[in-house]
Amino acid sequence: MIAYLFLFLIIAATIAYFIASRRAVAIAGNDARGLHSRPIYHGLNALVYTAIPAFIFILLWLLFEGSVIDMLLMSAYPGADAMTGAERDLLLSEIRQVAVGNIFREPTPEITAAVERFHSLNATANLLLGAAVVIIALAGAGLAVTSVSKRFLARHSFERSVTIFMIFASTVAILTTLGIVASLLYEAYLFFERVPVTDFLFGIRWEPQIPLREDQIAGQGAFGAIPVFVGTILISFLAMAVAVPVGILSAIYLTEYASPRFRAVVKPMLEVLAGIPTVVYGFFAVLTVAPALRQAGISIGLDVAPNSAIAAGGVMGIMLIPFISSLSDDAFAAVPQAIRDGSLAVGATKGETIRKVLLPAALPGIVGGVLLALSRAIGETMIVVMAAGLIAKMTVNPLDSVTTVTVQIVTLLIGDSEFDNPKTLAAFALGLMLFIITLFLNLIALRIVRKYRESY
Amino acid sequence: MMSEAAVEEAVGAKVDSQPPVKMQGRMVCVYYGDSQALYDVNLDIRKNQVTALIGPSGCGKSTFLRCLNRMNDTIDTCQVKGSITLDGGDIYDASVDVVELRARVGMVFQKPNPFPKSIYENIAYGPRIHGLARTKSEFDEIVETSLRKAGLFEEVKDRLTSPGTGLSGGQQQRLCIARAIAVSPEVILMDEPCSALDPIATAKVEELIDELRQNFTIVIVTHSMQQAARVSQRTAMFHLGNLVEEGDTDKMFTNPDDQRTQDYITGRFG
Repeated sequence: MIAYLFLFLIIAATIAYFIASRRAVAIAGNDARGLHSRPIYHGLNALVYTAIPAFIFILLWLLFEGSVIDMLLMSAYPGADAMTGAERDLLLSEIRQVAVGNIFREPTPEITAAVERFHSLNATANLLLGAAVVIIALAGAGLAVTSVSKRFLARHSFERSVTIFMIFASTVAILTTLGIVASLLYEAYLFFERVPVTDFLFGIRWEPQIPLREDQIAGQGAFGAIPVFVGTILISFLAMAVAVPVGILSAIYLTEYASPRFRAVVKPMLEVLAGIPTVVYGFFAVLTVAPALRQAGISIGLDVAPNSAIAAGGVMGIMLIPFISSLSDDAFAAVPQAIRDGSLAVGATKGETIRKVLLPAALPGIVGGVLLALSRAIGETMIVVMAAGLIAKMTVNPLDSVTTVTVQIVTLLIGDSEFDNPKTLAAFALGLMLFIITLFLNLIALRIVRKYRESY
Repeated sequence: MMSEAAVEEAVGAKVDSQPPVKMQGRMVCVYYGDSQALYDVNLDIRKNQVTALIGPSGCGKSTFLRCLNRMNDTIDTCQVKGSITLDGGDIYDASVDVVELRARVGMVFQKPNPFPKSIYENIAYGPRIHGLARTKSEFDEIVETSLRKAGLFEEVKDRLTSPGTGLSGGQQQRLCIARAIAVSPEVILMDEPCSALDPIATAKVEELIDELRQNFTIVIVTHSMQQAARVSQRTAMFHLGNLVEEGDTDKMFTNPDDQRTQDYITGRFG
């Protein structure tokens, strides 16, 4: 049904486009200059008027159709007033299941009646929707076609429509972010109703369990986030310790020393590194790097945990190299050649020029890249889920096993979860903290990058 | 184009009345990849004189200038043939360290290119990498002397720590000249140093060039005939990669030997 409506809209809009533009051509006659807007704008304007209002109407209709039909079904169902919300949902889903033919048990006469009612409501709704869409589309087309005249500002009208569409496009991401923040805030609020904020922020025990029975001993969990954040910081630190030097040095080599041919080959390959799915890095860490580190540790008498922080952090560092190297690369390339020449002309060597002139000049860009990589490291999930541990230990020993915020969020929400206990809700509190931290880091990074743009 | 013998003869005839030769180019050819930019240029740069290189755009004068302190080395495809000497030593010899050469032959560029550092650090940069000073007071002295020589000290003495990029264009260019003289070079190359400056700043820089002649040997590329006439003692005219003619500035501007020089100076082409 909806598909037919869209097909109708496309055809109607195309026809309206041709009618309006032909009409504009006819009105203009031989004098193309007499027309304010060129015929194509009259056509485009008619196209927008025909298709867009009807399209928006369809979207709104679909948004509300389900709940309106549910309401009508319930109001006709005997005894529905006395039901709780959950019972209503159960009943509605049963009616829908029967309506599409999935019958698990013999339906009661009430349900059979409701199903019939459901079918007839649906039919009426489709009819109404179809009629309304046709009317709206034709009205829009008629309005646009009849307003075609020499002085009609069709270009302005069309450009306004385009502007509105661009405003919509630019706000989609913002609205989505706001939605995410709102849901995080709400769920985190539910969590903090059960666990005090201070316990969460300053507690040093992370044992996210809940008692299964009332009288269970030691079933009371602890939700102190510090060990988890220590783990995140440790792994991020290890990752940055790998990524920052390697990234910056490779950027220096590629921009200042490498031959164009070497650069043409290596730079795209570095960027391929950024395209490798993190899950692939994850099993590289857990199947290759971690056992190798453990072996090496045994051979020199060190006790390396099977899920060591250094394996996860190191591999994450490799993943981050392209971020830092490509942003640093841009920063170096943005330093004008004139400044390099100026330094060389007073007799500085290439190395001195790089250390004393290029690095300071490119520093803001490099710092921006490092901070972006850091917020990636903090938010990175897949590598640590696979290669880091699950137990929240308060340790800064890179050979030990630690857990991270993202790992805990994943484990808390995996499996059957009910959203009415602190165990699952804790995931949202952790998520909120993580969001705040990465937001903060991103803000700093953006500020630095912006400042950097102004300096040349 | 004059033959090599003719040049030698012309140079030889005047050698007594002229200051000693500081830098000498013989049969200099420059190639960018497959295309040749300079053809057999023979030119002497004399001590404590300002030598102006003139000619229409693309004639090779900047290329020649950049050969004198091997700035062309930074261009991968660039190849220099022939010989260029500084005090008799070939600067393209394998034993020459290009870093030392550039400390002796400084350069000022067309667009002012101060480092994004403070005014003080811009000047102290060269002395610091060459180890010309050790203590803070020695650096202070070099900075002040250089800025004074560049005629900039009075204007910036109260804000030596503010960024060099915050100065006006003319001040930036004088800062770059100060930066070049801070390492006490023997020769200063200037590549159209006034093309980005207004007339007042240009006048200041020209005045400065004239004063600097006392201590330095200067080679300047310029598009302004008046500037060449005002600041230089010797002028060399380039055209299509050839050195058309060189000689005393007075003679070049009043009675040039070559028709092309005549045409260029009077504005008939270029």
